[in-house]
Amino acid sequence: MAEFEVQIKEENLVFRKSPVLTDKVMHYCPGCSHGTVHNLVAEVIEELGIQEKTVGVSPVGCSVFAYNYLHIDWCQAAHGRACAVATAIKRTNPDKMVFTYQGDGDLAAIGTAETIHACNRGENIVVIFINNAIYGMTGGQMAPTTLVGMKTATSPYGRDPKIHGFPYRIADMIAPLPGVCYVTRQSVNTPAAVRKAKKAIRKAFENALAGKGLSFVEMVATCNSGWKMSPVAANQWMEENLVPFYPLGDIKG
Amino acid sequence: MKKEVRLMKGNEVLAEAAIRCGADGYFGYPITPQSEVMETLMELKPWETTGMVVLQAESEVSAINMVYGAASTGKRVLTSSSSPGVSLMSEGFSYIAGAELPCVVINVTRGGPGLGTIQPSQSDYFQATKGGAHGDFHLIVLAPNSVQEMHDFVFDAFDLAFKYRNPVMILSDGVIGQMMEKVVLADQRPRRTEAEIIANDGNWALTGKTADRNEHVITSLELDPYAQERFNEKLIAKYAKIRENEVRYEEFMTEDADYVIVAFGSAARICRMTVEMAREAGHKVGLVRPITLYPFPTQVLHDLAARGVKGFLSAELNHGQMVEDVRLAVNGQAPVEHYGRSGGAVFSPDQVYEALLTKIINK
Amino acid sequence: MKEELIIAGFGGQGVLSTGKILAYSGVMQDFEVSWLPSYGPEMRGGTANVTVIISDKSISSPTLQTFDTAIILNQQSMDKFESQVKPGGVLIYDTNGITRHPQRKDIKIYVIDATEEAAKRGNSRIFNTLILGGYLKVRPIVTLENVFKGLKKSLPERAWKSLPMNEEAIRIGMDIIKEIQ
Repeated sequence: MAEFEVQIKEENLVFRKSPVLTDKVMHYCPGCSHGTVHNLVAEVIEELGIQEKTVGVSPVGCSVFAYNYLHIDWCQAAHGRACAVATAIKRTNPDKMVFTYQGDGDLAAIGTAETIHACNRGENIVVIFINNAIYGMTGGQMAPTTLVGMKTATSPYGRDPKIHGFPYRIADMIAPLPGVCYVTRQSVNTPAAVRKAKKAIRKAFENALAGKGLSFVEMVATCNSGWKMSPVAANQWMEENLVPFYPLGDIKG
Repeated sequence: MKKEVRLMKGNEVLAEAAIRCGADGYFGYPITPQSEVMETLMELKPWETTGMVVLQAESEVSAINMVYGAASTGKRVLTSSSSPGVSLMSEGFSYIAGAELPCVVINVTRGGPGLGTIQPSQSDYFQATKGGAHGDFHLIVLAPNSVQEMHDFVFDAFDLAFKYRNPVMILSDGVIGQMMEKVVLADQRPRRTEAEIIANDGNWALTGKTADRNEHVITSLELDPYAQERFNEKLIAKYAKIRENEVRYEEFMTEDADYVIVAFGSAARICRMTVEMAREAGHKVGLVRPITLYPFPTQVLHDLAARGVKGFLSAELNHGQMVEDVRLAVNGQAPVEHYGRSGGAVFSPDQVYEALLTKIINK
Repeated sequence: MKEELIIAGFGGQGVLSTGKILAYSGVMQDFEVSWLPSYGPEMRGGTANVTVIISDKSISSPTLQTFDTAIILNQQSMDKFESQVKPGGVLIYDTNGITRHPQRKDIKIYVIDATEEAAKRGNSRIFNTLILGGYLKVRPIVTLENVFKGLKKSLPERAWKSLPMNEEAIRIGMDIIKEIQ
């Protein structure tokens, strides 16, 4: 690392790993969106100069190990409870920057109550929601956000609403709540999307620091392993299927 | 200095003691017969005086996870509930014990199983003392039998929780929670400052990753079974230390006793009267009141049996839970019988006396 | 000295607060006290009762099956608690709404028509302090001075303006209670 810093002049620098990111090799599958979103969070923390006062809350799911990848203090929550955990960390430590990082099963199935009530109380936290429409870590089971017809380990013939119910858009559900100041849906499948997603994360963190209420950043994401696709095919499938159901852009604020 | 004496309900005094012991936060959900805890806290508005946070959560599940979160930052936090609510919280106890966090949980018990009744019961003894959720762990369990002890044990519970980095439960019941007695209130202690938290618990608390230390991670997740086993062995060693150092009990008229009643909490108050009745009738009866239910006062019961006590009656507001620990302690040296009422029914001193006669003395 | 008392009636009659004033009066006289209510849904208009123990020694059981004194303020409570007065004990009741009067011959029985007296004075709020006065006439276990202190302690500061009215009611209660057996 030090070697590169010597060799590359500042004006020639096009990419530098954020010092908030650790050197650990990520356990995520190649093509997974988590790594990119982790990097964006690290960059925002670095840019805002809040590394020393940031506490992250990681969920149960693939990103349970988020705590291995960012040089900040972390609390790993029980399945679904990240928003409750973050609420209390923030309430008892009002000077801290607190964010949760959750998947669709964690946030929108088992943790729906905690999510909605933290939103409704207007906790000054950031919720980063990775929606890849499947349970990654558990082995590709149906998520609350799994599309109708989508095949998973627990909907092997495709999600049938008569059996499994419908997918739902939790971001749209929480947007009307007065405690929520910012709701946006982003993705990290193209360089342009990554730049927009970073801006959204930064805005969310700034909102929390300014005490404006809860900011909710949904990332429509890929799980090429769970979807049983190559990374390229997964990106394309996401654009053609997930994005139409979960349209990108700001929903509130 | 003259201490403040007040007539207070057990539940109200829990709230008062939480503030006075310098707690940083309370997170709870209303449930009879302990709702006065949060009601009193909301009425007293400690956030305007000591800075203590009080929050009504959306469920007991959420409340215990809020406790987990705040405790992970080194704060002194507590929750309270009653039996069905405590069942909902039990997943959190396992996580808190697994992450080695300090916190205080108060269970003002009611009759079960299920939604049960709202009247006092002691049928959560197993749940409280045997861990109460998945995994190899224990709560430290304190059983108050007066409003004064409700007050005092909040202080003791926080001390134990931080000494061992383990959740501590105050196992009370509807009688102690709802009754009013005289209570001497402790002076207000200050909440810990950030600097004090770093000085005392800075090797684990999430106080923010500064340049002079590595990031802290609070988790109970382990992928390697051998690493998990090593961690569990560390926990078990901690519990052995707790059993060695923290056993508390009270003896009443046991010096010359031929028969001993074992009872805790409100049942012990009732049984004290039974002892008085039995003594008046000429029977040498004594009472052992476990104050810590975990660690259980095994040695004193063992020694009383070895000394020649002819029989033990475990009198509980349930159908036979603590009696198992009494039997283990007595270890076959003398008969151990159980007498109990349940579902919210509370036995009277003469009912216990009757049971003592038929099950032990005249048997 | 040990007094084991139950006050029983409808929720809303001030059963619990009467017990609280008495318990606080005991505290003012340096006695040990316990106050244990029935609690739960039956508070809303159903029967409510409170067990108060005042003693010069530490109190063992806060729950009791028999009582030195029972103050009974409705028929359900009469049905339930008349039999639980210890032989030689005291039963005090308000005849308002009572259809079956007490039968026991081995206890002392007093009547206090507090509902009627309060109505006569156009002030239903003094009902429970009238009752308390009557009780204290029969069982003067705490001094009036300490009762007045206990009354003040058990009320929030915003209610202190009602103190003279309630002190007066305690005195009236002492006058209107009648021994009938």
